[in-house]
Amino acid sequence: MTAAVEPKDNYLTAGFSLKSWLTTTDHKRIGVLYLLSITFFFLVGGLAAVLFRLELLTPPGDLVSADSYNKLFTLHGIVMVFLFLIPSVPAAFGNFLVPLMIGAKDLAFPKLNLASWYVFVLGGLFALWALLTGGVDTGWTFYTPYSSTYSNTYVSLMAIGIFIAGFSSIFTGLNFIVTIHKMRAPGLTWFRLPLFIWAHYATSLIIVLGTPVLAVAILLVGVERLFGIGIFNPAIGGDPLLFQHLFWFYSHPAVYIMILPSMGVVSEIVACFSRKRIFGYKFVAIASLAIAVYGFLVWGHHMFVSSQSVYAGLIFSFLSFFVAVPSAVKVFNWTATLYKGSIAFDTPMLYAFGFIGLFTIGGLTGLFLATLGLDVHVHDTYFVIAHFHYIMVGGAIMGYLGALHFWWPKMTGRMYTEGWSKFSALIIFIGFNLTFFPQFILGYLGMPRRYHAYSPEFQVYNVLSTAGASILGAGYVIPIIYLLWSLFRGKPAGPNPWGAKGLEWEKTSSPPPVHNFAEIPTVTEEAYNYSGTNEQG
Amino acid sequence: MTETSAHQEDMSWQRETSLLGVWVFLLTEVLFFGGLFTGYAVYRSGYPDIFSEASRHLNVLLGTVNTAVLLTSSLTMAFAVASAQEGKRRPLLIYLFLTIALGLVFLGIKSTEYHHKFVEKLIPGAHFSYSGLSTREVQLFFSFYFVMTGLHALHMIAGIGVLAVLAFLVWRKKLDPSRNALVEGTGLYWHFVDVVWIFLFPLFYLIGLRA
Amino acid sequence: MAPRVDMLYFFLIAVAVFFSVLIAALIVFFAVKYRRRSADEQPKAIGVDVRLEILWIVIPFIIAMAMFFWGAVIYLSMAKPPANAIPVYVVGRQWMWKFQHQNGKREINELHVPLGQPVRLIITSEDVIHSLFIPAFRVKMDAVPGRYTSLWFEATRAGSHHLFCAEYCGTQHSQMAGQVIALSPPDYEAWLAQGATGREPLASAGENLYQRLGCTGCHMAGPTAGMTVRAPGLQDLYGKRVQLENGRSVIADEGYLRESVLRPRAKMVAGYQPIMPVFENQVSEEELVQLIAYLKTLRSAEGGTEGSAP
Repeated sequence: MTAAVEPKDNYLTAGFSLKSWLTTTDHKRIGVLYLLSITFFFLVGGLAAVLFRLELLTPPGDLVSADSYNKLFTLHGIVMVFLFLIPSVPAAFGNFLVPLMIGAKDLAFPKLNLASWYVFVLGGLFALWALLTGGVDTGWTFYTPYSSTYSNTYVSLMAIGIFIAGFSSIFTGLNFIVTIHKMRAPGLTWFRLPLFIWAHYATSLIIVLGTPVLAVAILLVGVERLFGIGIFNPAIGGDPLLFQHLFWFYSHPAVYIMILPSMGVVSEIVACFSRKRIFGYKFVAIASLAIAVYGFLVWGHHMFVSSQSVYAGLIFSFLSFFVAVPSAVKVFNWTATLYKGSIAFDTPMLYAFGFIGLFTIGGLTGLFLATLGLDVHVHDTYFVIAHFHYIMVGGAIMGYLGALHFWWPKMTGRMYTEGWSKFSALIIFIGFNLTFFPQFILGYLGMPRRYHAYSPEFQVYNVLSTAGASILGAGYVIPIIYLLWSLFRGKPAGPNPWGAKGLEWEKTSSPPPVHNFAEIPTVTEEAYNYSGTNEQG
Repeated sequence: MTETSAHQEDMSWQRETSLLGVWVFLLTEVLFFGGLFTGYAVYRSGYPDIFSEASRHLNVLLGTVNTAVLLTSSLTMAFAVASAQEGKRRPLLIYLFLTIALGLVFLGIKSTEYHHKFVEKLIPGAHFSYSGLSTREVQLFFSFYFVMTGLHALHMIAGIGVLAVLAFLVWRKKLDPSRNALVEGTGLYWHFVDVVWIFLFPLFYLIGLRA
Repeated sequence: MAPRVDMLYFFLIAVAVFFSVLIAALIVFFAVKYRRRSADEQPKAIGVDVRLEILWIVIPFIIAMAMFFWGAVIYLSMAKPPANAIPVYVVGRQWMWKFQHQNGKREINELHVPLGQPVRLIITSEDVIHSLFIPAFRVKMDAVPGRYTSLWFEATRAGSHHLFCAEYCGTQHSQMAGQVIALSPPDYEAWLAQGATGREPLASAGENLYQRLGCTGCHMAGPTAGMTVRAPGLQDLYGKRVQLENGRSVIADEGYLRESVLRPRAKMVAGYQPIMPVFENQVSEEELVQLIAYLKTLRSAEGGTEGSAP
């Protein structure tokens, strides 16, 4: 490795004024803007989680009132899903990396990209407004007719916020699709693309096809609240289940919006720290698309006990099991990549290991919910909570933190302290499992979700879970500290501190210059060509 | 198959990129209206006879005229795109104005219809009143009618706005139409909005004619 | 049902543990065995092995299909109550569960059932969506306003079991809970008989209501020749297939009876005019239950047991 020198002219030094940031069309700066905004929302959502975990320490509802408790878990769900997880990897790291990885100067529509951030902030402000004026108590799922007729909270305001934030995600998805189609560097064919790009392409397809349906569902809730015309109100001829269909048509695929980009991150990290091409590259790439497509066919598995017909239940269950296959393919291929590799244990790799293990558990417990006879029992219990947190926190957030640690040197030009980062990765892993594993047991024992007070026999597992949550919370604070520290005191990273393959590491400096590359690179080899032999696979 | 970056500056590449963007955007629009059509389908299959009955309260003549107006506007839009591609400025301006005018005629007729419904108290909400037996289901029909044609009209208004900006830019010679995909992209959008109406028209106006 | 669900659960646990441990063990083993020993180490490239890929596509798929079929079989038997199941009508509302037994006995947040006999709950809601959940029996079903849903179970252990609302329904969601109390058949009979004086069985309450609402004016038991038939007869209706005006046909289950009382024009019987008044907001959910219980007792002399459920 050559002595690391930070380049004088890079995207960070291109202007220091606030205006230079707020009017930028540079995808890297927009990525950073997103990173800052979603970190804010992550802290808001996390704080809510801490509060209701404390409430659940004891069986009676004693710390906060039932009403406040309901508003807290609603706040946690809405903020984490719509304002953190959905934009997390794609909007922050995807924005930063997609053009760099495909050898382009920027995204196809840079102004639209900036607009997407403003729209996101506007949507977020509406959501915050709804929260500050008194909150919403419908749960992030907004089930009708509770949300449309019965709730006396600020549902309409929140609906407007989510409706607006949806446009931000559509803009980003549209931008990625067009960019990946039209702006790849010479020689960069589809099957030479990094798997991160494949994952983002699949994610963008879901965003573009799913988000408008959520917009419709939310819009109809708004219309219903405004005019009381009975679209979802059975008392005046409506069908409350229609909302669930529309909602899950988006919100089930939305799970893949959250997890697919992190899968892309893990592919990059595993390849780099094993110094090997991802085993079964094409299978992993196609698996991303398969997940995106299947994802749209399985929404009814959220409704097995909703009075949906038995036949619909059978079909949705059958189709749901198909999603298991591409997910399994990915896990097996990552594991096989390690075989006869040269494995290093840098912090990003620890997060990748964490991701693979926890996603495996999350995926396998998902099968419990797809299995009809079993879902009847565990549906709407803590089993579901545990399952999707293994996917969204154990999977998506591990991938997000992996990305943060992997590309931090590229984004800032600085290295963080290895000891602290490994320590916090360990803390997060332990805290996470202690928080969510007991919830599987709670769920099978029959504790329903969204309960402010519960039966005393469930207390042991709730205490464990709350203890885990406090460890997890502490684990999340440590990286904020050492990453900020690294900005001022971190060692210069140099263009390629990990010895990684990929245009963003090999062809540009850290931090990259405003236009990314001194000259547009030409690609002549496969992705992850660590052995230098350009093998196919 | 891969576009080279050297091409990233050239005109046909820019055109293709912008148009791909428009197509992807239209894809989201298809899903947006698709969700609404699904809702419509659910309730119509629940109350088929009442929906037909409610449909008879719409003015088929005005709806037909509006369909003709909109189809004609699609034709003038297609001529505008052709003129733009050939770089003919004057015909382009004329066709843009014609399209805008037809769009405004459509909105004018639509608002007349809305006004009739207001007078007949068929606007869903507190003031809704209907003399027949199935008040609630009829109100549901009109809810879908207003939400869907209303969103369609909003799309028309947005389209007319874009067309007006385009016409202004062409008039002030700020835009060279042959070197730009703006007119073509707007044309795609306009045709899409037209196609949505082609579905709305029979589903709201014509289902009552069967019986 | 609970042991069957648990068997399936343990099968899935076994699969989940097997694969989690397999993946974790492989990761640890590879990570240790192939750890980087020098900074410039360069592992040899390994091409894809398509046989391996097919193997780990096919094996998970087969296991997944086994889960699907096993789960589907249980789900189907959950959806099919035994013919001798005792019906109990359940109405959920913010935030309580109301139960009505056949003999007119009512309870709130408590449900008494006999041991060793299947019980079928016919569930609806007066306001938002709730979900009736009895963990001990591994059953759950949403209570959806405007329609009937049902579930069935058979208690095998005496004592009281939790009863929860599992679908978030507003402020006091976590208080919408109660007990299912399983009694031995004699105890159950004794409990049912308690306070029987002055209480009316559901069906006879329904009959009174039927008279009071004037249903008999049109729905006549056996119209004599020469009378104008304005409405279809209701004898043997429950469980029968009904031909509708619009060419379709439906099975006259509780859901159909409910809709036809509340919104008669939604599914018009073939050959009749839409002259029946709308009873929506005229009868409460509990009265509706009584009416339906009464309609289910209407049997013609010839029997008409064909296709009938309890």
